Amino acid sequence: MAQETRESRDTRTTFGPAHQMTAPTAELLRQLVAHLRQNRTQLREEWARRITEAKLLTAMTKEEIFAEATSVYDNYVEALETGTFEALQAYARNLSERIIPRGVETHEVVGIVLLLRDVLARSLFAKYQNDFALLNRILDAYEPAANRIANTVAVGFVQERERVIREQQEAIRVLSTPVLQVRERLLILPIIGVIDPQRARQLTEQLLRGIRTNRAKVVVIDITGVPVMDANVANNLVQTVEATRLLGATVIITGLSPEIAQTLVTIGVDLGKMNTVGDLQGGIEEAERLLGYKVVPFTEKAEHA
Amino acid sequence: MEVPILKQGPYLIASIQSALSDADLVQLRDALVEQVGRLRSRGVIVDVTALDVMDSFATRTLRDITFMIRLRGAETVIVGIQPDVAFTMVQLGLKLEGVPTALDLEEGIAFLGKKDTSPAKEASPRGR
Repeated sequence: MAQETRESRDTRTTFGPAHQMTAPTAELLRQLVAHLRQNRTQLREEWARRITEAKLLTAMTKEEIFAEATSVYDNYVEALETGTFEALQAYARNLSERIIPRGVETHEVVGIVLLLRDVLARSLFAKYQNDFALLNRILDAYEPAANRIANTVAVGFVQERERVIREQQEAIRVLSTPVLQVRERLLILPIIGVIDPQRARQLTEQLLRGIRTNRAKVVVIDITGVPVMDANVANNLVQTVEATRLLGATVIITGLSPEIAQTLVTIGVDLGKMNTVGDLQGGIEEAERLLGYKVVPFTEKAEHA
Repeated sequence: MEVPILKQGPYLIASIQSALSDADLVQLRDALVEQVGRLRSRGVIVDVTALDVMDSFATRTLRDITFMIRLRGAETVIVGIQPDVAFTMVQLGLKLEGVPTALDLEEGIAFLGKKDTSPAKEASPRGR
């Protein structure tokens, strides 16, 4: 690479006033990179050994760790050499995409990058131990770059993880609120999973719209699939029931588990005005009664006829 | 703006067409309470379909209308509250307790009809 491009890049990636990347620093970095390239095999092995020793990346096999370690090492050295982090960022994102589904934790990823930093720093100590001044200057060049690399990888990993979480939340949100008509003027709303304020709001809006479009008179809300309920969620539920009443419909709540019943009584939420029935079947039967339906088995019907 | 009150058989229908000032609401209340006796009506329907806001004064006035008319021997039902309005009202704690509500005019008439034919039994689902 030509000296000029190197310098223009260096000025782009300064690390604060204390570490202006002057020509000597660039020269030191080049020395450093040459050293890391020369000892690639040995340092890489040392690093993989330290990873295993520290019991990191336990979700991966030894071979996988070594393969990943190799590419991380090469990317690391390249980032040191060029002073640009785009390639490394892309690599970190790609790596995260592959390893997050396998259950690799944030501390492990940060851990291995910091381990590599230590391994490389140590090899620098070993190489320059006789010239303390030079060692200092080498570390001055190395440390900011290494820190920034660690930072880049960690941030990339966390961002990827957050993206996955966001996607999953969105998927849950889309899946979570079906308003179903089971009979003329009778809707059921099965709620599965945890209710947060945002979801409660969405549930209510969707239910109210459903009542209007289906001209529903009775709504059965089944909360068998709701694991826990706190005061907030209970109040949201009360609000939903009241809003439904304002539209002229009646709500029947079914499937309150013993735990939830206990919690609600303990925290003193007023569910007195709510119409609750043990299970969904009972709720639908009660709703049919309110609507004036009578479900009769065929045989009985024949006898009556 | 004055709210027109229509007589439809044994019922009075007040259809609110636009946002009302507090004075209009009071005027509506007085007119309904007066006419329900004069016309010997058995039920009153207040249609709020056109309203996209319901403040605390409006809510209280609707409640007052219901209770006053009940004292005059007739039943009131509020119809046509929009989903968004209902949600906002509940969040503001405006609950219209003790006031019967129905989806729309048709439902309101059906509700009053049911009340009318079986006043003794109280068999309505919303006899709360």
